[in-house]
Amino acid sequence: MSVTNKMDRVLFGDNQFFGVNHMSEEKARAQLMRFQDLQAIIDVLDAAYAEGIRTFMCTTHDRVAEICDHFRAHPQKYPDYQFYPCMPYAHKYANAVTEHGMIEALRMFLPHDGAVGAMLKGGLALANKDIETIMQLLIDAEMKMFHGLRTPVVFMQNVITDLLLGLRMKQSFRIFHDHVRKRYGAEPGYITMNVPRLLDVLDELGIDNPIVCANINKIGFRMCGGIDAYEKAIAGRRFRPVAMSVLASGALSPREAIEYVCKQPRIEAIVFGASSRANIRQTKSLIDEMSVATA
Amino acid sequence: MIKTAMVGLGKMGLSHLAIVRAHPGIELVAGCDATAYLTDVLSQHAGLKCYADFDRMLEQEPLDALIVATPSKLHAAMVSKALEHGLHVFCEKPFVLDTRDGDRLVALAEGKRVVNQVGYHYRFVGAFKEAARIVRSGAIGTVHHVRAEAYGPVVLRQKGGTWRSARNEGGGALYDYACHAIDLVNFIVGMPSAVGGVVRNGVFSRDVEDEIYCSLYFADGASGQLCVNWSDDSFRKMSTKVCVWGTNGRVTADRQECQVYLREPHAALPDAGKGWTVRYTTDLTEAVWFYLRGEEYSSQIDYFVRSIEMRRLDGENSFRSALDADRVVSMILAGNTGQAASAAAGLSNSQPAARGFFARWFGGRA
Repeated sequence: MSVTNKMDRVLFGDNQFFGVNHMSEEKARAQLMRFQDLQAIIDVLDAAYAEGIRTFMCTTHDRVAEICDHFRAHPQKYPDYQFYPCMPYAHKYANAVTEHGMIEALRMFLPHDGAVGAMLKGGLALANKDIETIMQLLIDAEMKMFHGLRTPVVFMQNVITDLLLGLRMKQSFRIFHDHVRKRYGAEPGYITMNVPRLLDVLDELGIDNPIVCANINKIGFRMCGGIDAYEKAIAGRRFRPVAMSVLASGALSPREAIEYVCKQPRIEAIVFGASSRANIRQTKSLIDEMSVATA
Repeated sequence: MIKTAMVGLGKMGLSHLAIVRAHPGIELVAGCDATAYLTDVLSQHAGLKCYADFDRMLEQEPLDALIVATPSKLHAAMVSKALEHGLHVFCEKPFVLDTRDGDRLVALAEGKRVVNQVGYHYRFVGAFKEAARIVRSGAIGTVHHVRAEAYGPVVLRQKGGTWRSARNEGGGALYDYACHAIDLVNFIVGMPSAVGGVVRNGVFSRDVEDEIYCSLYFADGASGQLCVNWSDDSFRKMSTKVCVWGTNGRVTADRQECQVYLREPHAALPDAGKGWTVRYTTDLTEAVWFYLRGEEYSSQIDYFVRSIEMRRLDGENSFRSALDADRVVSMILAGNTGQAASAAAGLSNSQPAARGFFARWFGGRA
């Protein structure tokens, strides 16, 4: 897979499968109940596939491993299917840190043998090289579930991107970038709630034309730095924007929402999640229609 | 620029550090933690000047403000030293483990006339702010009951070697989840004057409680319930909910939405009619300059900065206000522990709730 390949215009998201709903905890729970059956998830992915959506942008949630098993088992049914992993599913780390402390949690998620095992046992003085090794091993651990599947773009989840951004641990973006390209032949992407600030740092690191996925919606919901700064960045800066949360968790009507996003120049892809074939079809066809209209 | 230092760079500390370093009004001059691997990483990879010794940092750095995110048992001593140095202080919750320390620190902070704030971030969540606004407006009438709940997946097996599993270090769900729920009760309806029927059980933990249930009694006769369980993985992450019943309706709020039901429309709440009105987080959330995990974490830091700039000494989440949450924790701790004892206490404590409510309806006070 070449790293310069264009992304598909429409990507399918996974929030609905894992109880993430920014409007209602009750609705999130109802979705969790419905989708605890793997087949219910596969049915929705099949419906999206039938509507022409062949890219699944998904968190490295434990349950995604089961979804991956299904796609590995049926390559003939989905000849061109691809995954955009978003790593990590942060709650599993956060809960482990609360329960076990930072070092013990790290130990749980890393391989137990070899140099890192020894390092973690030996009290740990984290030199430059060690940080790089640990990050690479964490990425590899998250990527395991996608073995044998096409993963042309690999994203860093926003909670990690924005934590590292705020901490000013800038080199970690470079480590992620280099490892994803070298080890997986994939294009690294960054999910963030702070686009202008992240672009400054990626520019500074010399990471050229990065894929950046962020909330882009008409009401400016979770677009830090302000909607004007986002519009200016999208129009003028060199990066490959992927729009998420375009419906602002349902606060906008689909037509109004998609119209706004499609009017922004240079947005390469739009990710959305839905649970019914009718909603998938509606959103997909609106994007197709508006994309043609504004092309 | 407000010259600020941070002490405690654990999980909450790192989150604060990221937000603080991104704030345009703060110059973060140093961080402090006794854990060498953390300070090694931060000094080498984040360019942060780090100290292992808190006293040395206070002596050597000319500071305006300090952010304290150490384990709870260390709060009192550190906050005290910072106040003695005349610093504005933001302290993680819970404020103190011993309310006598709290009294002393409140007096010290108010005497020094410095900004003092505790990290009860739920007060900065749009939906809870809205619930407080509605209750205070009087639109739901006279409050007669409140229920505060917090559930989530923290301790799910018999294990755990951090300070959070040690009673004398401020571990357990009471100092963690329950504090938030208690503070929300204080925020939305006011502080209870007594508690009863206390149940504190370890579901999986040996030394601390994983679940807490108790009744809350208010001076005006209203009652409440507190239900907390951090060993519940049917919740994906911490889920906190407050429900308030009044003589003209009900308000329910969680992180995502605020639902109000009004029996009759009320002049104090013209934007809500008879029946249900629901407002969502997308509508209730104010934009922040930097986002990590939730607007409320950024909002509370920004509020602290603004308080320093405008010398606001009686703002939201002051030491005095956070100490009220600690006082309720003390009341709960003074209650009985263990199932059998609690059941007995529950029986003997059952009357105050009924008295207040029925007195209001049938005693001519309403």
